[in-house]
Amino acid sequence: MNYCIALKTIVTKEIFRFIRIWPQTLLPPAITTALYFLIFGKLIGDRIGTISGASYMDYIVPGIILMSVISHSYANVVSSFYSSKFQHNIEELLVAPIPNWMILSGYVSGGIVRGLLVGVVVALISLLFTDINVNNVTITLTIAVLTAAVFALAGFINAILAESFDDISIIPNFVLTPLSYLGGVFYSVDMLPGVWQTVSMGNPILYMINAFRYGLIGVTDIDIQLSFLITGGFIITLTLFSLYLLHKGIGIKN
Amino acid sequence: MNALSLRNLKKTYNNGFEALKGIDLEVEAGDFFALLGPNGAGKSTVIGIISSLVNASSGSVSIFGHDLRREQAKAKSCLGLVPQEVNFNQFDTVKNILLNQAGYYGTPRKLALQRTEYCLKQMDLWDRRDTVSRRLSGGMKRRVMIARALVHAPKLLILDEPTAGVDIEIRRSMWSMMRQVNQQGTTIILTTHYLEEAESLCRNIAIINHGRIVENSDMASLLARLHVEHFILDLARPITVAPVIEGCHIELITDKTLAVAIPKEHGLNKLFSRLTAQNIDVTSLKNKTNRLEQLFMDLIDSNPTGVKR
Repeated sequence: MNYCIALKTIVTKEIFRFIRIWPQTLLPPAITTALYFLIFGKLIGDRIGTISGASYMDYIVPGIILMSVISHSYANVVSSFYSSKFQHNIEELLVAPIPNWMILSGYVSGGIVRGLLVGVVVALISLLFTDINVNNVTITLTIAVLTAAVFALAGFINAILAESFDDISIIPNFVLTPLSYLGGVFYSVDMLPGVWQTVSMGNPILYMINAFRYGLIGVTDIDIQLSFLITGGFIITLTLFSLYLLHKGIGIKN
Repeated sequence: MNALSLRNLKKTYNNGFEALKGIDLEVEAGDFFALLGPNGAGKSTVIGIISSLVNASSGSVSIFGHDLRREQAKAKSCLGLVPQEVNFNQFDTVKNILLNQAGYYGTPRKLALQRTEYCLKQMDLWDRRDTVSRRLSGGMKRRVMIARALVHAPKLLILDEPTAGVDIEIRRSMWSMMRQVNQQGTTIILTTHYLEEAESLCRNIAIINHGRIVENSDMASLLARLHVEHFILDLARPITVAPVIEGCHIELITDKTLAVAIPKEHGLNKLFSRLTAQNIDVTSLKNKTNRLEQLFMDLIDSNPTGVKR
């Protein structure tokens, strides 16, 4: 049994899936974020001034890019895996001699690739509005990949536990979007009153956005090492939980 | 070597329903084996456990000598499954469905392409290879599932009601394909509600009822146990009263149709000579039910609790 071929098959299938439907997967973030940059960055941002020495436009670019990475890595896995469950073609993988970690890796890889591809699209759109000189390429790319992995894993768990299409829209709408907006995309956490600063520290997205912002423009409210530690912690926890669900067959086997 | 061995297989679902109460079953390599039973008897649970879609509560499954728990990859590599319901990606092309399936089993691309072509041609689907699968007819979708199950050249093929809902012509052509696959060395386990299908294709049979195997033998021995056969006779001229013939039970269905239950040892010649003596001419004769169907009903009816006999 050649596991490399099996893994490659799952990853390729996942990538072709979202590329085949690019008007639904790659085009909308380009339009939405162009509007963000125009309205918040250009029209309103010019009146706000600077945050931590960066222009408002430069300040919000990293957050908007990472917000897109988060939502699309999540959306890719949750919709793809749940559709497979719904159509029962997940059974193809369950019957085949593929270990659980490989099923997980395949879907998560697909989510990471889509998240990063959307991130690149949004970054290119941002270049229409501002110039970005990347502060630290390694940190930027690493935190982008790790963040995409966290939310691809979260999407996988959501898809496994979901029993209807409603269940796969609840988390993105009522958890992910608020946490992203409150994760310091448009503001510095230092601007919040004391108690809200403390509350914000419980939001994992805050750490990821700040690490990414540091990588891109050299500005952060949070210790970078702590950001990596928290992101890594989430990856380990979510991976173990996903493998537990697959091993037990919860949501996918009788 | 046995293609499949089940040992004391039990399954109790979360709602407390005991679907399998200790199944022991062996299927020899190369066999064409029928697994029959009424709805809810436990057939799908057995197949689900063999194909890793259902977790067994206890017991063991061995496929070509590989324990499904301890040597999962080796055991699964030997297995191909054609499920009851269409379960491939309806947005994918026929060719991609097979290529992906081959990839899941680690088949190199070049070989996967060759196997895909071979299987699609065998199922008479090669000219549909680039068609998006949801556009196929019901019969074609069933054949895609068989081709998909064969693309990694499994040694054991499980067909779970493969001909359900297809017309007679397609069913007959699928029987021919299944026979061909079996003759090429693939062991086949078939579940079906068409007992004529099982009788025509299978050499050995197990009947499951209420989560237990209530019958397990070769088809010929099982059919030999049928002591009484039921026939429908069409008559040349109308009659008003059913004739009385010793040893036979005869009912008048219409004025020109008789239902006859006749013991095997009685012989049809004797029946016809007695009818002729009573000036009753028979124009045609047919089995009232399929022979296996008769046995199946006898076994299920006489064994409502599923206790092994």
